[in-house]
Amino acid sequence: MEKSAVFKGKLLPYLLLVPQLVITLVFFYWPASQAVWQSFLREDAFGLNSEFIGLENYQALLAQPEYYKAMATTVVFSSLVAALSLSIALLFATQADKNLKAAPTFKVMMIWPYAVAPAVAGVLWLFIFHPSLGTMARPLRLMGFNWNPMLNGNHAMALVVMAAVWKQIAYNFLFFLAGLQAIPRSVLEAGAIDGAGPYRRFWTITFPLLSPTTFFLLVVNVVYVFFDTFGIIDAVTGGGPAGATTTMVYKVYADGRLGGDLGGSAAQSVILMVIVIALTAIQFRYVERKVQY
Amino acid sequence: MVEHRRWNDILAYAILTFGVFIVVFPVYVALIASTHDAATVVNGNMPMLPGSHTLENYYRAIFIGGSRASREPVGHMLMNSFVMAMGIALGKIVISILSAYAVVYFRFPFRQTAFWIIFVTLMLPVEVRIYPTYKVIADLKMLDTYAGLILPLIASATGTLLFRQFFMTIPDELLEASRIDGAGPFRFFKDTLLPLSVTTMAALFVIQFIYGWNQYLWPLLITTQESMQTIVTGIKKMLTTTDELAEWQLAMATAILAMLPPVAVVVFMQRLFVRGLVETEK
Amino acid sequence: MANVSLRNVRKTYPGGFEAIKGIDFEICDGQFCVLVGPSGCGKSTLLRMVAGLETITSGEIDIGGRVVNEIEPADRDIAMVFQNYALYPHMSVYNNMAYGLRNRGMPKPEIDTRVREAAQTLELTGMLDRKPRQLSGGQRQRVAMGRAIVRQPKVFLFDEPLSNLDAKLRVAMRVEIRKLQRRLKTTSIYVTHDQLEAMTLADILVVMNGGQVEQIGSPLDIYRRPATTFVASFIGAPPMNLIKLSGDEIRAQFAGDRRSAAEAGILGVRPEDLSISGAATADGGITLNLTVEAIERVGAETFVYGTRARAEKAVSATPGELPEGEVIVRIPGQDAPAIGASIRAAAHRDKLHLFSADGRNRIDI
Repeated sequence: MEKSAVFKGKLLPYLLLVPQLVITLVFFYWPASQAVWQSFLREDAFGLNSEFIGLENYQALLAQPEYYKAMATTVVFSSLVAALSLSIALLFATQADKNLKAAPTFKVMMIWPYAVAPAVAGVLWLFIFHPSLGTMARPLRLMGFNWNPMLNGNHAMALVVMAAVWKQIAYNFLFFLAGLQAIPRSVLEAGAIDGAGPYRRFWTITFPLLSPTTFFLLVVNVVYVFFDTFGIIDAVTGGGPAGATTTMVYKVYADGRLGGDLGGSAAQSVILMVIVIALTAIQFRYVERKVQY
Repeated sequence: MVEHRRWNDILAYAILTFGVFIVVFPVYVALIASTHDAATVVNGNMPMLPGSHTLENYYRAIFIGGSRASREPVGHMLMNSFVMAMGIALGKIVISILSAYAVVYFRFPFRQTAFWIIFVTLMLPVEVRIYPTYKVIADLKMLDTYAGLILPLIASATGTLLFRQFFMTIPDELLEASRIDGAGPFRFFKDTLLPLSVTTMAALFVIQFIYGWNQYLWPLLITTQESMQTIVTGIKKMLTTTDELAEWQLAMATAILAMLPPVAVVVFMQRLFVRGLVETEK
Repeated sequence: MANVSLRNVRKTYPGGFEAIKGIDFEICDGQFCVLVGPSGCGKSTLLRMVAGLETITSGEIDIGGRVVNEIEPADRDIAMVFQNYALYPHMSVYNNMAYGLRNRGMPKPEIDTRVREAAQTLELTGMLDRKPRQLSGGQRQRVAMGRAIVRQPKVFLFDEPLSNLDAKLRVAMRVEIRKLQRRLKTTSIYVTHDQLEAMTLADILVVMNGGQVEQIGSPLDIYRRPATTFVASFIGAPPMNLIKLSGDEIRAQFAGDRRSAAEAGILGVRPEDLSISGAATADGGITLNLTVEAIERVGAETFVYGTRARAEKAVSATPGELPEGEVIVRIPGQDAPAIGASIRAAAHRDKLHLFSADGRNRIDI
């Protein structure tokens, strides 16, 4: 898509671009290329000497069982959060789509958690499920359930998943609702005349027509789980216990900061970049297809 | 559809009410906790009704900070968060409306290149290049400065794409009419494009304000002084003392304060928020 | 006030597409010139070249004795009314009209006088503070006109300004535009694809097709003596019947004519020039034997669609609207033959048009 009516101007367009380009080059391209470069270096602890070591950082990384564990954790975490937040949001959205009088109120009530910072969301859930003082911990214990996310890795995972899902429902709800409202009523009416009941109509008409939204949200959710949940994990578990909630992004942070292994951390960054670029590419292909409709 | 209208609605109300309950519950608990004293909160059997220490807790959180460690008063952290969020939102609007104007309304060598340079940034959030970015900020002596907090986070394409998309919907005839009316690039921008972009700018502002306010990892890394801390990172630090000593009632008061501005933005500017969210993701 | 001359004007797009293939004509001071043609014929491009919104590949455009090829739109002393009006949506009606004057640094009191005068002329006085979106289509159209007239330019340019209005309003605005132009005596160029608009508005009509001029002249001259089959079928509604005839038929029909040469291959006759009669036509006219296929009654007149009984074929030039072999007869009143009836439609000799077989040349009988 291009404008056909434009201004002439030799210098002006460059001047207009300068601020964004300078910021992008200094704070995006320079560090990103540094990450790639660093991933081929070994630096001593004080950052005084560095040595080119080729793919050694990558080899070391891929030889680490912890790295595979972080990958597995990321996959589990992403799938749980995406599946739960998408299906819960879809359930709420289909209900809110039913021309209810109070639908606008429900809508506001559902979307505001989007504005809550992930770290804050984490703290809220940590407080509710805190093993010793949490409001929910007591009932759990009374039911004979030995709840302790500080020590039990599965419990810790459950807790960060809850916090992450809680925060993400708002976003998914909003997009699902928009998607539902974009489905023409007449199509559903035709379905009703053709004898499909509400349940059948949902699965044979609404859900397939909603699939572009669902797919889009799936990708966005995975990206969200990869990056935005850093705050939740850091606030709730700090990656523990025993690395049970250390995702790939968290590991980049932990290895670089706590371990001081900048080369290894950079190699992890590069791998993450590749994954994100792949995800984004998928998303763009989808967007392109959407545009062609 | 007409079938089971009543039961259908009742079911919908039931499900949605349950949904709202889930959504509200954690915040309600936090709100309650922020009204009790430390002992009540910590004993593991906190009542579900407000206590009597509201003013005291919020006063201490905002003006004094926790008593057990040298902590920043939350009031100051709120200020830092506000400056950072505003800086990110306004900075992004300014640089991206200018670059979108250049890319859409001018033809010049390397136009496509410039566009792609900006576009690629969409793909990589700051989290993946966190340490090298840290190093750049350190080299530029921007640690513990607002510039260091703000600049790396506005290096992204979302705003440019949003404005570009909006500019493309403005009819070409408007530019042509302006040219016949004697307006050059500067006048057209000021008299026509800016006024027409107000809603888009507001939508972008809402989204970016929330984005900026909620940043966690970046401020965590580059602020070493307590005085530069933002509220979202500050909460976590309140809890890093051993759990039993952490003053949860203050942490919860802080959490409520940390949520308030962005949530208020969503609730009171709902339409702009929805529009911004939907359009920046397109 | 100004003459506008186009001298061998051409436009080639970077892709190689030739939109305007060498156009020459002159519009005298105060004349209303209408460019008419089917969509894609280049009429809007030509107008935009006069406005300075499109570059000129070669040739010259001259406004008031000054070649404007390299001059910015703002400095050509023209004003333009766009098809979608292109009103500034965020400015009041008053500011929409005043904007161009302010940009030229005109003193405020004078701007005010001009805007109020224009508003009065266009009956917009009560709406000066409204925004475009609070106006009806017709009112927006007036504002667009107002924006043009406050400038008091040398030339008005209109790019299909009425095509977004409903039929009734279109007729009313058409009359108003003409009245206004007569009063202001400003040279005007008006682009439309509507032949009725073209006929009623123009002092001088330019019929365009495929980037070229087919014919220039007064509307009635063009109606009476179309130069090509394209013009013949484009001007006039319903379009002229065009009947392909073999050389023999032509010779038989027009035996004894000086120039009834074999090169003539198409016979044209307007539906309104045919009449249904039992008798053969006198004075060397033609008679067509038709079977009635359809009847359209519009009240004051009736259109009879017939196919010719013999295997003769009728051709229609682009943009043809007649299927092969079909002939339209336009008769006054509501009395019409029954469907399926055989009729004889006749036309006088002086109402016939002859064209060369390719339709590009008119042959005078």
